[in-house]
Amino acid sequence: MLKLTSLNKTFSKQSALTDITTEFPENQTTVLVGPSGAGKSTLLRSLNFLERPESGQYEFNEINIDLSKPIANKTILSVRRQTEMVFQEYNLFPHLTVLKNVMEGPVQVLKQNKNKARIEALELLKKVGLGDKADSYPNQLSGGQAQRVAIARSLAMHPDYILLDEPTSALDPELELEVLKVLLQIAKEKQSMIIVTHNLEFARQVADKVIFIEKGCILYDGEVEPFFNSENKRIKDFVSAMTFSSIA
Amino acid sequence: MWQIITNSFPQLLAAGLKYTIPLTLISFVLGLILALITALVRLSNQKGFFYIVKAIFRFYVWLFRSTPLLVQLFIVFFGLPYLKIKGIFPDGIKLEPMTAGIITFSLNTGAYCSETIRASILSIPEGQWEAAYSIGMTRAQALRRIILPQALRVSLPPLSNSFIGLVKDTSLAASITIVEMFEVSQQIAAENYQPLIMYSLVALIYAIFCTVLSWLQGYLEKVTSRYISANGGGNV
Repeated sequence: MLKLTSLNKTFSKQSALTDITTEFPENQTTVLVGPSGAGKSTLLRSLNFLERPESGQYEFNEINIDLSKPIANKTILSVRRQTEMVFQEYNLFPHLTVLKNVMEGPVQVLKQNKNKARIEALELLKKVGLGDKADSYPNQLSGGQAQRVAIARSLAMHPDYILLDEPTSALDPELELEVLKVLLQIAKEKQSMIIVTHNLEFARQVADKVIFIEKGCILYDGEVEPFFNSENKRIKDFVSAMTFSSIA
Repeated sequence: MWQIITNSFPQLLAAGLKYTIPLTLISFVLGLILALITALVRLSNQKGFFYIVKAIFRFYVWLFRSTPLLVQLFIVFFGLPYLKIKGIFPDGIKLEPMTAGIITFSLNTGAYCSETIRASILSIPEGQWEAAYSIGMTRAQALRRIILPQALRVSLPPLSNSFIGLVKDTSLAASITIVEMFEVSQQIAAENYQPLIMYSLVALIYAIFCTVLSWLQGYLEKVTSRYISANGGGNV
């Protein structure tokens, strides 16, 4: 279980996240939604310390961190080994083949046996539908393929949580669909995920829990259907704008 | 004229193989090591005491980029013997010409190449660091496995520039009594009164050395760019 209490984060004196208290249940998918610049990505990136919140309490498995104090490097590394980030821009390692991208973490960080890591990496690539791309380089892939490799790379670490930062925002609808299918499959397998997305249709399908953030504050934190049927004016406006239902 | 060339060519080439090439190679390798250390220190985000270390390296780069190489050679070879420090160097620092040359060329190359390496590391997108950190890598692992291999590709052309520049700069070593190629050509020209032929000939040999290096650069660029040339640009 990953739990935050009163987390605060500022960027050069501007408040980015204010008093965030929430939890991310295990074996479930939590979706973070909200307008651009609301702080969704900052919150996600704070979860594996790519951003450093200034205060609050961070609880993750046996790790309990007071964010207002310096954090030991060892603790950060340990958190990062148990959480994997999938980025909007994929961030594959361009100088490594697809297979080596997936093997890099297990071999270098988890010190797994190379052969074992290779076999597992090939299985994961098959799982995301890219069994035939193992020897390609990232720049030979389409965006959708690159993102699926990034997902395989994160799965290879057997993380407790996969953090996905707008994983399909850079993709056209057709390529987006191939990535979303993979994510739905992973969600079905009870992999804990936290996803920042603008795609509310997808959010509705995949999520077990929705968190709506605006101006750095949580406005909604709870079950999926009540969110989409909310009578709250702000949420209603947001949902209808994002699903184009207001056009008709 | 042909006889002058065939007579002196072996002598020049021998000087090149014995002095110019070793001087260049050893200085460049040492310079690169120094450059990498300098770049990493200057890019490090350590604070506190480390700030002083950073300042020292910044001073070093400033010093060697702001003074002429020839003057640096003179200070190390002719000047240091007069640096008498009681207890440590009571008789000053007297260096063999070759040692003085290697020290100066290494320090000079190191200062320039450190900027090349620093820039090439900075040119790698932040997302690469983040992806490396995300799979749990330490800063050292991220550097070694993810950042430096990509930075190498970026830095190859400017580093080759420095290398080729160094080949020619070693001709300055003639002034600190190293009998390298240019020095030999001067000696022969003084005997046979054929400065035009002799200096043109030595220029040609420098050009041959540098051309070979340019080919080597082209080959290395090809090897280190395999992953880019696969499809040109694209998603990374």
